[in-house]
Amino acid sequence: MLKIARYAIYDILRNRFVLAYGLFWVLVSMSFFNLESDPLKGMASLLNILLMALPLMSIVFSTIHVYNSYEFMELMLAQPVRRSALFMGQYLGVAVSLCAAFGLGMGVPVLLYDGSPRGLLLVGCGLALTLVFVSLAFLAAVLTRDKARGIGLALLIWFFCAILYDGLVLMGMFAFSDYPLERVIIALAFLNPVDLARIAMLLQLDSAALMGYTGALFHHFFGSALGIGLAVLVLAVWVAWPLLWALRVFQRKDL
Amino acid sequence: MGILLLLGSSFLPARTWVVAPGTALSRINDAIAQAKPYDTVLVRGGRYREAVVVDRPLTLRGEGRPVLDGEDARQPISVRANHVSISGFRVVRSGSGALEDLAGIKVYNARYVYIFNNDLDSNFFGIYLSNSRLCWVSGNTLRAYGEVEQTSGNGIHAWKCDSIFITDNRVRGHRDGIYFEFVTHSRIERNSSTHNVRYGLHFMFSHNDAYMHNTFAHNGAGVAVMYTREVLMRHNTFADNIGASAYGMLLKDIQRSEISDNVFRNNTAAIFMEGCTRSRLERNEFRQNGWAIRIQASCENNVFRHNNFVANTFDVTTNNQISLNTFEYNYWDQYTGYDINRDGIGDVPHLPVSLFAMISEQMPYAMMFWRSFGVLLLERAERAIPSLCPDSLRDHSPLMKPYDAASSKHQ
Repeated sequence: MLKIARYAIYDILRNRFVLAYGLFWVLVSMSFFNLESDPLKGMASLLNILLMALPLMSIVFSTIHVYNSYEFMELMLAQPVRRSALFMGQYLGVAVSLCAAFGLGMGVPVLLYDGSPRGLLLVGCGLALTLVFVSLAFLAAVLTRDKARGIGLALLIWFFCAILYDGLVLMGMFAFSDYPLERVIIALAFLNPVDLARIAMLLQLDSAALMGYTGALFHHFFGSALGIGLAVLVLAVWVAWPLLWALRVFQRKDL
Repeated sequence: MGILLLLGSSFLPARTWVVAPGTALSRINDAIAQAKPYDTVLVRGGRYREAVVVDRPLTLRGEGRPVLDGEDARQPISVRANHVSISGFRVVRSGSGALEDLAGIKVYNARYVYIFNNDLDSNFFGIYLSNSRLCWVSGNTLRAYGEVEQTSGNGIHAWKCDSIFITDNRVRGHRDGIYFEFVTHSRIERNSSTHNVRYGLHFMFSHNDAYMHNTFAHNGAGVAVMYTREVLMRHNTFADNIGASAYGMLLKDIQRSEISDNVFRNNTAAIFMEGCTRSRLERNEFRQNGWAIRIQASCENNVFRHNNFVANTFDVTTNNQISLNTFEYNYWDQYTGYDINRDGIGDVPHLPVSLFAMISEQMPYAMMFWRSFGVLLLERAERAIPSLCPDSLRDHSPLMKPYDAASSKHQ
């Protein structure tokens, strides 16, 4: 499995996308920290970009990667290699290279310009989101053999998580605005990994505002050991379930 | 005090009475009873369990930090005469009561009372000035351990006073750090009032006072000032007042006042204004607050000029569709306009009220979607074509760079 992961990484490094991806994060974070007079403000802008661009880029790249390595996988499966090892190896290769590119690309500038726990959390959220969306990409890619449809599905997932979901929940909130919805909203936030990452950062960036009105409840919940533990657990579930489903499909698939 | 002593010595040969435990003169009240006006009572280190009443002009000086212990039953020092100076004491454990406001040091109907360099610990009220004029409270440290409003008193409390000076005191853990009611023509400078149960500073009907270089931080509900005109507040710091009903500063019915050069940092709401008219808010810095300014419809003819708004979640919110206040030459870090003629002033007006701020006024938990991409889109659309936000509340001349008071270009 590790060997296959290594091959996958070589393969990814060869087409230089990952390098460009890492560079993109360097540029984005450097420019935001330089443009904004206040590191906190830079961090807020960076969060906006991260929540949009990172899921999009990692899901599209990973989906394309899976389709491009179908031939390689077919070749490997002619050898005495287990399907699960091959699949997990591929996942590991993609996840590790994207995480490394993002971690270095954004981690270094954040450490240089900010260096607070807040910054580390931002990078941590980015890494978690990368794992989740690579996992979702693998699912999208095994569900259909047609590359165009696979990428379409990946884009749909991204669109839903990053944009549509919040809109729908907001609409629901307007509709039921007469009811106390705090707990419902906490629950809904757990159903979307992008929201989870956003709220984790929100507690850092806008803590003063969140302490007003009902915000104290959220602060209490997400600030507690239970809240943090639950958030990490849910993110892990978000990595695991698409991946395991994809693995199941892949093992039964007629390539 | 020097002048006082000089004045005293020119009329009579002033005596010094030394009080110390274990000597013939071991009670402060005995010394006071024997003293002539303008004498000095020097109290040496030790613990004195008596209710000292100063009923004649005196200098009461502690040496070696003598402790005046009220034993949770008495009022350690009561001043009922003019020309009294009290310094160098440690005053602890005044009694508390529901009928009478017992204090560590209480001044009744007096003039020229000087209270300085005392330590006050675990008192109900700290220093209480009642119906007094021309008094000076300076360099005292007040500490209390109040947990709920009902069982703790205020740190420095003044009622119906005129021309008093409250300077360089540190108050912590009382109900209200500094409390004024009907106090006029007074100056409050360089005090720090932190970690109080309710307000760091609380005043009502206290006209023509000046507050300079004070720090109000970590108070249960921040600072509340009400029903007052012609207040001057400059160079103060309001920080870390966090909670659902905590305000950096709550302004209610304030008229013709000036609030300038202050720093508001990390408050849930930096300024909440209600019924304020004809006041000027200039050169203040609002940084990392939840809401920098919440201005209610009842405010009019206030001018906000040369303020810097940096890294606040929301800069301005209001419950009014038309704005009767002037915003000009402020720096808004959320401003997205441009400056083609390079005069440092943005060419398009800035609308500081954000749509989402309006939404979350009505649905507080909508806050959870702040910084979400969908909300961001809504915000931008609203900025471009305002439909819900009051578009008359706008800064026609937003600064491109933070206002720097040192190099004031735009007057």
